Amino acid sequence: MTVTEPAPSEAELERHFEHTIAKDQRIEPRDWVPEAYRKTMIRQIAQHAHSEIIGMQPEGNWITRAPSLRRKAILLAKVQDEAGHGLYLYSAAETLGGDRDDMTEKLISGRQKYSSIFNYPTLSFADVGVIGWLVDGAAICNQVPLCRSSYGPYARAMIRICKEESFHQRQGYELLMTMMSGTEQQREMVQDAVNRYWWPSLMMFGPPDDDSPNTAQSMAWKIKRHTNDELRQRFVDMTVPQAEALGVTLPDPDLAWNAERGHYDFGAIDWDELKQVISGGGPCNTERMERRRKAHEDGAWVREAAAAHARKQQQRKEVAA
Amino acid sequence: MTGEWPLYEVFVRGKRGLNHVHVGSLRAADDDMALHNARDLYTRRNEGVSIWVVKAADIAASSPDEKDPFFAPSGDKVYRHPTFYDIPENVPHM
Repeated sequence: MTVTEPAPSEAELERHFEHTIAKDQRIEPRDWVPEAYRKTMIRQIAQHAHSEIIGMQPEGNWITRAPSLRRKAILLAKVQDEAGHGLYLYSAAETLGGDRDDMTEKLISGRQKYSSIFNYPTLSFADVGVIGWLVDGAAICNQVPLCRSSYGPYARAMIRICKEESFHQRQGYELLMTMMSGTEQQREMVQDAVNRYWWPSLMMFGPPDDDSPNTAQSMAWKIKRHTNDELRQRFVDMTVPQAEALGVTLPDPDLAWNAERGHYDFGAIDWDELKQVISGGGPCNTERMERRRKAHEDGAWVREAAAAHARKQQQRKEVAA
Repeated sequence: MTGEWPLYEVFVRGKRGLNHVHVGSLRAADDDMALHNARDLYTRRNEGVSIWVVKAADIAASSPDEKDPFFAPSGDKVYRHPTFYDIPENVPHM
């Protein structure tokens, strides 16, 4: 016998949603979710995907000039991973009804953002190492808690991404250790790259908590597990001993262990710089967007040809049947 | 546009002896491209020995709502579980 229940009211659906989150269970595709959750999640995942895709550019810049075949193979694998991460994430956003063409369009028209860090230039090969160590290190800090995001497909994509980020961070650190055991000039290149990337890496965690209006809602929905400042502090605490082991100086005179807090204190961050970079005024914003737009436009004929080929094959199959 | 490319769901067998498991999805123009893209996207580190791809539109799925009566028939049949039966402790191998 089939029992036909009346369709649940919106209030009931909402209670069910809240209950699932409260029990620390995952929301899955096709579950009822509040419209604001859906919108926020699509935007969060899309911006994360955009960051991975744009993130291919700064390092891709060095593939043809890698100093050895070993470094070139590693760098190729790493940049290919970034593309993969972007694709995991776009498909996760699609499970919420995000449209892939629409997301791409929003990226190249500047209506959706990507991580501020990729608007800085890569001036020497040491930057490749520092990006792996600091930028991917910061990304890992951000992303490990997101493996417990309340949205299932996003959490699962993050698990895969975090595993691969670990390779990214370690290859970067190893690259820097190799350079630090080289010539004086190579050590200077590493220190210079650290000087340029340290502060932008701290900015990757976003504005300070008292200027982050969406944090409370995101934490209630469990799509964000720690505040920006908590994650930033965790990153600083992790990184200081790594810098000591490497033999570089982090460019912050105020950086010091605070025994009372059990954390490192660090100097004031230039939030105006972050605002400027996010709103399009960073050193490479225009270049990154232009490159992405051109790649999309240049690839149009390939996408069309593949679709035409698929249609023809399908027609042939139908005729033969 | 990729809008013309259907969405495929990807299933990977991690190694012999295991089931294929859903790992995610991708867009591709046809089945061949879907398989190649799935290999490049989901098995860059020997994660699989076999891949299935299937158009998402071809999957029939139950409703996701847990209150759906679809699963009700198994809800009240505790006697289908071995723990339902009390067996004295001195009975071996059971």
